[in-house]
Amino acid sequence: MKALILVGGYGTRLRPLTLSVPKPLVDFCNKPILLHQVEALVKAGVDHVILAVSYMSDLLEIEMRVQEERLGIRISLSHEKEPLGTAGPLALARELLKVDNEPFFVLNSDVICDFPFKDLLQFHHNHGKEGTIVVTRVEEPSKYGVVVFEADSGRIHRFVEKPQVFVSNKINAGIYIFNPSMLSRIQLRPTSIEKEIFPVMAEEGQLYTMELQGFWMDIGQPKDFLTGMCMYLQSLRQHAPERLRTGPGFLGNVLVDPTAQIGENCTVGPNVTIGAGVVVEDGVRIKRCTVMKGARVRSHSWLESCIVGWSSSVGQWVRMENVTVLGEDVIVNDELYLNGANVLPHKSINESVPEPRIIM
Amino acid sequence: MLKAVILIGGPQKGTRFRPLSFEVPKPLFPVAGVPMLQHHIEACAKVPNMKEILLIGFYQPNEELTRFLFNAQQEFKISIRYLQEYAALGTGGGIYHFRDQIVSGSPEAFFVLNADVCSAFPLAEMLSFQKEHGEPNSLVILGTTANRKQSMNYGCIVENEETHEVLHYVEKPSTFVSDIINCGIYLFTPDIFQHIGAVFQKNQQDMLLEEPTNGWHRAEAIRLEQDIFTALAAQGKLYVYKTLSFWSQIKSAGSAIYASRLYLNQYHTTHPERLASNKEGGPKISGKIYLNCVLGPNVSIGTGVTIGAGVRVRESVILHGATLQDHCCVLNSIVGWDSTIGKWARVEGTPSDPNPNDPFAKIDSETLFREGKLTPSITILGCNVTIPSEVIILNSIVLPHKDLNRSFKNQIIL
Repeated sequence: MKALILVGGYGTRLRPLTLSVPKPLVDFCNKPILLHQVEALVKAGVDHVILAVSYMSDLLEIEMRVQEERLGIRISLSHEKEPLGTAGPLALARELLKVDNEPFFVLNSDVICDFPFKDLLQFHHNHGKEGTIVVTRVEEPSKYGVVVFEADSGRIHRFVEKPQVFVSNKINAGIYIFNPSMLSRIQLRPTSIEKEIFPVMAEEGQLYTMELQGFWMDIGQPKDFLTGMCMYLQSLRQHAPERLRTGPGFLGNVLVDPTAQIGENCTVGPNVTIGAGVVVEDGVRIKRCTVMKGARVRSHSWLESCIVGWSSSVGQWVRMENVTVLGEDVIVNDELYLNGANVLPHKSINESVPEPRIIM
Repeated sequence: MLKAVILIGGPQKGTRFRPLSFEVPKPLFPVAGVPMLQHHIEACAKVPNMKEILLIGFYQPNEELTRFLFNAQQEFKISIRYLQEYAALGTGGGIYHFRDQIVSGSPEAFFVLNADVCSAFPLAEMLSFQKEHGEPNSLVILGTTANRKQSMNYGCIVENEETHEVLHYVEKPSTFVSDIINCGIYLFTPDIFQHIGAVFQKNQQDMLLEEPTNGWHRAEAIRLEQDIFTALAAQGKLYVYKTLSFWSQIKSAGSAIYASRLYLNQYHTTHPERLASNKEGGPKISGKIYLNCVLGPNVSIGTGVTIGAGVRVRESVILHGATLQDHCCVLNSIVGWDSTIGKWARVEGTPSDPNPNDPFAKIDSETLFREGKLTPSITILGCNVTIPSEVIILNSIVLPHKDLNRSFKNQIIL
């Protein structure tokens, strides 16, 4: 089976992290985002993954070769030279997707959840129509595209983009499965799948929804990245609790790479991810944070709701909070206070940032 | 023989020192580990022939003051008495009212010092200067140099550069007059009382022309600066001795930290025993202190303070009985008596230090609010305040006996 992952462009919403590394390769809970998705697809029988990119990255190509080897599958790149919207990339990859006439998966690269690819395939076979969209329930639907559908069959009535009044609390989760016949609906030009393709398919009774069980998050920006991390760690606790770190000094769900070192008298968690080779010195308090590979957090510091970028160094007695994001190789000097600071790579910070701002 | 008079003010004065002045009269607030007044008394006691120190103010007799006087007399072996004004009589009215006490024993001269200044107190030098300049019995004002802009916040002195006579004096002018400012430390002779007496008579006469209510108080309220110095300038009686040694006003809590630093620097030569050996600037550290702490520069720690593991304190004063729990960080703050700071908490203020690149810059006496917002300054925790773990208290003032339950920034917490 095949899958198309809509990777897109520069990943600007996840800067400064995406200034160092293409978005699919940003580590989410100690594994590149892309890999969470690809591994789940492989488990459901996918042997060919096509990445639809609008920005070519050497790093991405190298990583693709590595994963092809490792997972024993084929990974292709479909490169759009001009913007094709959310449906156009499917037309671009038409030749790859049409082969052997099987349904294919499509997903947004920013989405994290308990990927239900096997169930989705089954559900899709059962109703036998052209397409199935996964929907998920959210608290604030008007931030997204809302789907109105028949509860028992899943047959879609209509879509409403960012509704002003409450219509439904189910939104498009960015995960689909289509029959190849659907490709003839899309021309090779900038096309919006939500606005131009889906409504027609829904009208013809060819589009159904499957409701997602469990957590879902679009981790395309730092605030949501951290929220998604909390959800994922909670899901780990339910399905694979042995992967979480417990013991004195660890509270709640904490994921620690085996090569990381944690000092004495620290309190880590809840909801913390510590990457490979990270050093956390004595007396540190971390909660609701991601610390990327090779970073160092020096003694007696206090971090809440932060992302510490690869190889960064946080000084002693530093306080960081409120979605402070450090890019790659940032140095924060001792005794500073960072509140909502967004720090670009290779920067040295020697002044406190008491109110949220971007540090270039 | 010589005497010294220290003007200590009263509760209506020094309100910028709240909430710390709720617990202790401002002149007794610890600066560099000892009560503010002690630095004055020490300097006076060192002058040869100093026979008596008189404190003049309008504080009601209170336990702290009485205890302080008792201890000071024991330590410095000199007579120290408190003369309480019946009302606020001004910088001149108080000494005039008690002139008999001051001149009893016929001192040749007497110093007058304001309590709320921090200084190296070059008193012996002022004495030598007085003998060498002007007629016998000239009056000397200690002066120092300020930058042009800040000089207008002080008493400004225009001097004759050769004779050092004061040609002109004006208190807090609104336009630039001189960059030599009045340090609030004077050397007078009993002649001064003639001049003050003249002003008093004049006030009384003016009083008769107006309604007789409150007349008695107002006639006696005399300000040395506006009423005496201004009149005496250019009459061959008033001289200025300029000093390059350190000097600062102590009007607000923020300036207390700056003054602390000035005195602590002086301790290297005058009182090295007051400095902690392996940490900078901390007298009398008692209670438990773990090895992973970093204390200093410019830190004063009171008695009975408990400091946990991994604590960082910089540019701050920790008053008696306070507790700082593990990993907390205290920067540019004053932590009140018996307060508690929780684990990993951050208590931080903004220093209002003068520009270090300008040798004549003085500490700013900023207003509390500017454009409707609290001016960022030293964080002050009043006595018995509890700060919970893991919060940040930034640029805030917390009144005594308050238990906080969250972070605060740029606020006064009642």
